[in-house]
Amino acid sequence: MSLVNQFRSEPSRPVLVGPSALVRQAQQRKQRQQWLIYGSRLLLVVGVLLFWQFASGTILDSSFLSNPLAILRQTITWLSDGDPWYESTLIINTAVTLEETLLGLFFGVASGLLLGFLFGLQPTLERIFNPFIIALNSIPKIALAPLFILWLGIEIPMKVVLAAVTVFFLIFLNTLNGVRNVDQHLVDAVRLMGGRQRDVIFKVILPSATGSVLTGLHVAIPYALIGAIVAEQIGANHGIGYLIQSSGESFNAAGIFAALLVLTLIAGLLNAIVNLIDRKTSHWKAGLKLSSADQS
Amino acid sequence: MSTVIHIEQISKSFIRNDREIVVLHNVNLEIESGSFVVLAGPSGCGKTTLLNIVAGLLPPDSGTVYYKGVPISGPRLEVGYLTQKDTLMPWRTVERNVEMPLEIRGIAASERRRRAAEFIRLVGLEGFEKLYPHELSGGMLRRASLARMLVTLPETLLMDEPFGALDAQLRLELQNELLSLWSRQRSSVLFVTHDLEEAIILGDRVVVLGTGGHIIADEPIALPRPRDAFHIRFRPEFTNLHRRLWDALMESRLQVQRQEVRL
Ligand SMILES: Nc1ncnc2c1ncn2[C@@H]1O[C@H](COP(=O)(O)OP(=O)(O)OP(=O)(O)O)[C@@H](O)[C@H]1O
Ligand SMILES: [Mg+2]
Repeated sequence: MSLVNQFRSEPSRPVLVGPSALVRQAQQRKQRQQWLIYGSRLLLVVGVLLFWQFASGTILDSSFLSNPLAILRQTITWLSDGDPWYESTLIINTAVTLEETLLGLFFGVASGLLLGFLFGLQPTLERIFNPFIIALNSIPKIALAPLFILWLGIEIPMKVVLAAVTVFFLIFLNTLNGVRNVDQHLVDAVRLMGGRQRDVIFKVILPSATGSVLTGLHVAIPYALIGAIVAEQIGANHGIGYLIQSSGESFNAAGIFAALLVLTLIAGLLNAIVNLIDRKTSHWKAGLKLSSADQS
Repeated sequence: MSTVIHIEQISKSFIRNDREIVVLHNVNLEIESGSFVVLAGPSGCGKTTLLNIVAGLLPPDSGTVYYKGVPISGPRLEVGYLTQKDTLMPWRTVERNVEMPLEIRGIAASERRRRAAEFIRLVGLEGFEKLYPHELSGGMLRRASLARMLVTLPETLLMDEPFGALDAQLRLELQNELLSLWSRQRSSVLFVTHDLEEAIILGDRVVVLGTGGHIIADEPIALPRPRDAFHIRFRPEFTNLHRRLWDALMESRLQVQRQEVRL
């Protein structure tokens, strides 16, 4: 029996202890903190709504700021003026805006991904086009709206294009950045395994750029909405943007707020979807911990 | 015995800040088939660069590397290379990382899993298959990389300071593991290390490199096999070899320092 065999050991395994007192304590602390946070949020919302409601008509001018009950009434009116129900004002206009936003996101994301990967993989191409892309990107996209109206009229395609153009640059730049930051050592590793260009793209570049693309997507969602809404406000007779515009013109503050509420809901929904994708694809990440208190 | 790797008149320079840095200058080396050759040399003398060229990752400026008589133009499937830096895919679990070379070779999923499990067991990582690289310790990362390299049963191994960052005990353990694996498979090994003890324990031959990859010493290690990584150091030949190689390494270090002063 050699001495070395005494050294032979399995790599030390993490010791798993059942729900010890320490673990329970930490869980309780976490739970309390959760309640505190949710409770504070609820309190904040209720407080603001109550203040808003009771101050309206006294310290706050309700013709400018409306009030929660008026907004609720307006929302119900807009929801119930349809026959059949799904042709009510709110639903029709929400559907139009959602359609424009989703189509804009789709075309913007697809073209941004495609060109981002192409330019990322072909650095020479990227270097030729770089100054032009920067120049185009620095144009406020809204300023392009009259041009799109000229080309496409004021129907849905114009709004889709405006939203898509905004989204395109965000996705394109993030994808390009993601592809450029791929670790050369990982690419070499695949080459050593006998991998071809295709393996490098699908097994290294794509997964490694995913995080960056998703960041782009998160930023792009509000911009897709902005694109669609602004386009509707400039020229349209449908959509949430149009609803806001026409409410404003008829001094209907409650209408503006009701429409804004719907916008917030749409944005929240889209973000939740991206969060879901994010969680599905980034479970391998360590997660940034800035202080020891973040460890959980 | 036949030659498996023949390094002929290899030169390589890098350009940094508009200045040419000659890393390798007319390097010649032959590796006998089935032998275990250790390259030692001070930091920055070009060991990794030489290995990258032999692996087919980096083209030399001039000269040729022959693998069994055929000039190398890119990575070869029968050569495994454990690089100095860990290159596990951070988005794959240990298991899926070890399977990756088999996946690229188009081996069926069930066979892949079976072979990956076998090598994960070999390096002592059972129970850690489902962990991601960021959840592993430095030594476990090295073991996983080792398993990934071995899973394709390469006939020639290139290893760049594979055990450099490990604690002394773990290093001994893996050295023994490597020795027994090598004696079973009789693969050819080109192994880089800073550690002269490790070089003598493992090698049939220790080559000490100086500036420009210039060979300062080329010592055959006549210690009997099978060797035991722990006990072999107590033999008198070990001490003599250690002293001779140490002197060579000191000379090489002085060379490197002189060159750095000139730069
Ligand atoms: N891609 C590169 N570009 C520029 N210089 C490089 C490059 N790779 C290596 N070098 C230089 O070449 C020299 C040799 O590097 P190399 O990595 O081969 O050394 P090494 O012998 O492996 O050192 P160590 O033992 O520290 O790993 C160093 O001076 C390094 O700065
Ligand atoms: Mg090195």
